[in-house]
Amino acid sequence: MDKLVMALICLPFLMAILPAVIKKSKIRSTVVYICGAIVAILSITTAVWWYSLGGNALVFDLPYTEVFDKIILIGDFALMFLIIYLSVKHHKTIISLLSIVQTLLVAGLELFGPHPAETMHIRIDWLTFIMILIIGIIGVAIGIYAVGYMHGYHIHHHKELKDRRSFFLAMIFVFYGAMFGLVLSVSLVWLYFFWEITSVTSFLLIGYTRTEEAVNNSFKALWMNLLGGLGIAIAIAYAILVQGTVNLYDVIDSAIAGGAGSAALVPIAFLAFAALTKSAQFPFSGWLLGAMVAPTPSSALLHSATMVKAGVYLLVRLALAMNGNYVGQMVYLCGGFTFLIASCLAIAQSDGKKVLAYSTISNLGLIVACAGAGYQETIWAAVFLIIFHAVSKSMLFQCVGAIENTTGSRDIEDMEGLAVRYPKLAFILMVGIAGMFLAPFGMLISKWAALKAFVDAPSALMVLFIVFGSSTTMFYWTKWFAKILGIHAEKGVDRTKPNEYVSMYFHAVLLILLCVGFPITSKYVIEPLMNDMYGTSTPVISEGNIAIMVIMICAVFIVPSINYLLTRNRKDKEVMVYMGGANIGDNKNFIDSMGESKELQVSSWYMTDWFGEDKLFKPAVVVGTFIILIFLCVVVGGAF
Amino acid sequence: MSENLIRMIVMLLYIVAGPFIGGILDGFDRKISARMQGRKGPTVLQPFYDVLKLTQKQLLAVNKFQLLMVMSYLFFVILSGVLFFGGFDMLLCFFSLSTAAMFLILASTSTHSPFSTIGTHRELAQMMSYEPMVLLTAVGFYLATGTFQVSDIIQAKVPAIVYAPGFFIGFVFILTIKFRKSPFDLSTTHHAHQEVVKGVTTEMVGIEYAITTLTEWYENVFLLAVVGLFFINSNPISYLVAIIAVFIVYFFEILIDNTSARVKWQLMLKMAWGVTIVAGGLNLFILELINF
Repeated sequence: MDKLVMALICLPFLMAILPAVIKKSKIRSTVVYICGAIVAILSITTAVWWYSLGGNALVFDLPYTEVFDKIILIGDFALMFLIIYLSVKHHKTIISLLSIVQTLLVAGLELFGPHPAETMHIRIDWLTFIMILIIGIIGVAIGIYAVGYMHGYHIHHHKELKDRRSFFLAMIFVFYGAMFGLVLSVSLVWLYFFWEITSVTSFLLIGYTRTEEAVNNSFKALWMNLLGGLGIAIAIAYAILVQGTVNLYDVIDSAIAGGAGSAALVPIAFLAFAALTKSAQFPFSGWLLGAMVAPTPSSALLHSATMVKAGVYLLVRLALAMNGNYVGQMVYLCGGFTFLIASCLAIAQSDGKKVLAYSTISNLGLIVACAGAGYQETIWAAVFLIIFHAVSKSMLFQCVGAIENTTGSRDIEDMEGLAVRYPKLAFILMVGIAGMFLAPFGMLISKWAALKAFVDAPSALMVLFIVFGSSTTMFYWTKWFAKILGIHAEKGVDRTKPNEYVSMYFHAVLLILLCVGFPITSKYVIEPLMNDMYGTSTPVISEGNIAIMVIMICAVFIVPSINYLLTRNRKDKEVMVYMGGANIGDNKNFIDSMGESKELQVSSWYMTDWFGEDKLFKPAVVVGTFIILIFLCVVVGGAF
Repeated sequence: MSENLIRMIVMLLYIVAGPFIGGILDGFDRKISARMQGRKGPTVLQPFYDVLKLTQKQLLAVNKFQLLMVMSYLFFVILSGVLFFGGFDMLLCFFSLSTAAMFLILASTSTHSPFSTIGTHRELAQMMSYEPMVLLTAVGFYLATGTFQVSDIIQAKVPAIVYAPGFFIGFVFILTIKFRKSPFDLSTTHHAHQEVVKGVTTEMVGIEYAITTLTEWYENVFLLAVVGLFFINSNPISYLVAIIAVFIVYFFEILIDNTSARVKWQLMLKMAWGVTIVAGGLNLFILELINF
């Protein structure tokens, strides 16, 4: 087991070298496929092996742990020097200060500080099991998609950009390794190191195109994530100096034992703070929005399987320590507020990727809120959301990327009649959107559980956040969904590569299986996880209701299909749409007041006066900052 | 009789009798409205004649998909009602109802017609306005009676209205939007004066429009039953109270319909969310203070 885990963490890093040095496009693609397959197989093997051992939490050390400790120490410095070099080069020297402070803090304590109690370094439990599978399966699928997409990106669409595909694919593998390391680490020092790698890698991916916008956005991502890294560094310092440990689980346990208002909450608060930056909650949402300048596969990677999931992973870990205290309140208020405000902001966007970005932030808000509350029901909901969100968001990003490559636009207004023009792409888009919000699918189950939990909590404010947030969520998704349908459009030439389709269809099938099979997932994966965390596992949604849900899920597919069969052979007379008698002979043009033909444009509502970025974004950042500052002060002040 | 048998009978009754009750109510609506406007008005059975006639008309389809979307709309509205009258979880009923609303949106937008597109987006704005209060209503029942199950809510010792008057006010308010009554009849209206022709239903012809009307009857019966549920407890007399309350609320909606002018969506959103926060939110807050 220990060797397998070592391979799981180290191999992706080593594999990253291969695409980086192979410059021949064809060979590189093959190598990426093979390496991706190896990573996926490794992750599945690890998960299955662990499962076959009975599903108990395993704690162990890697072989040559001392060597790894040294590598990580050197790695910390290497990352610091990389950041210093890049920020000086781009005249953003101030950002390197953040990195220097935290690296010196952690490394200094490690080298010269008191020696914390020895601990094991690796732990696998149910949460890790789920995360490994998400990273291994979804992450690798994105990697495969990236090969085809980046080809089209450079060869057909962005000839002006320098072809740095080798670098891009290498970074994706680094990301796998860092994420595996992050979710497996027990030691905070290790966790911090992998955390920093994801920050730096995402910074490099966002800046991929090296345009001015990309560089600016990448530095925004860097400083926000480094701020989070500083949070972990402070937590490590506190844990070493006061508690004499670097074991994440010891820190959590002492916070649980200490109860509300104890000093042991201080590291938890800073870890939670770091997680909030990583999962792009307000006021730190800016970096994730900026991340969409990067090519689509990196957005898909950052938004679904990796990066932001690192934040929520840590929060779910900390959940027990946050239940019923100020840290928990900070986290769930921040999350609930983000859920509402990000879904409002999504209404005013017409750029497909931006809508997806806001919806990611909004969904993460819900997950964060669930984790922050720390009740059994909400953790159940949070874990479900993590799974569903990873699959459907990855699929949606890939689909929008494919649409952009094919039609040259990712604006939602240009997706009019997509169902007729590109039926295959439209199908995937529809499954993805349905998976995000339509009643019986994944999101809803989680919203349901969260709503029940917060009514019981009780937290009136959170209940309001959720009911309003879900209505605004419904608005922007339905609007998009409605746009895809249409009539009398001509069929277009689909330029999507087969390997892109492989990945997208795989996601679609996976999503539908997850929806239909969610009682099984709940029983065999999430309930054992609840057992691990809480010692008991009561089903959150009763079996009767789950049965109805499954019936509804099937009905959403079956009813329209039956109706389709019923109406298919009708020979109804086809007519023009009603245009007040000003039709010109087709459905696309009408006679204007000058008696000339004019093309008909129908557009969706964006309500920018109400939900525009210029109206809501800054106030949201201010509110988010206040929530975090106030609660951090309360926790830290209460401790001393 | 076993409890399950009663449930089955009530569910069947809803499926069979739902449209008749809805249609009769619609007939009375038109009659009362006419009297308020100083007209005589059609017979109360007129809505049935209308629907019958619609079913006999030739279907002129702009997009074939519209019919299947409208049929799915009907299915999910009936499902919501069946879940409600079968005594299941209230949240589940409302979730099913919003799925149904989705299909209406898809039906109207699949035509790419200018008038129904405007109607669609107004309908979306309406959904966004009423949705929070709809979910809050379920929460209100839970806080008042300790359960989301309709079958348990009707067994409560004290009717929900005692603890949840704010939720009741909020729900009645958004009912005006749900019933497509003026001043909130933005997406489509039962009156002849609509500036976007027939809004969401512009392109619905013959059987399609008949199904849409039928669906609205089902939906209205379900929504009015939610109003009644506020007054029901384990005492059999409460059912009588509930029926009276439903009639009063329905009359009130007709009165509002005939005495107010259509507003813009901005004002609708502001008012609906305002009432939701003030009536629903305040009630929620107070109940939480009392309960804990």
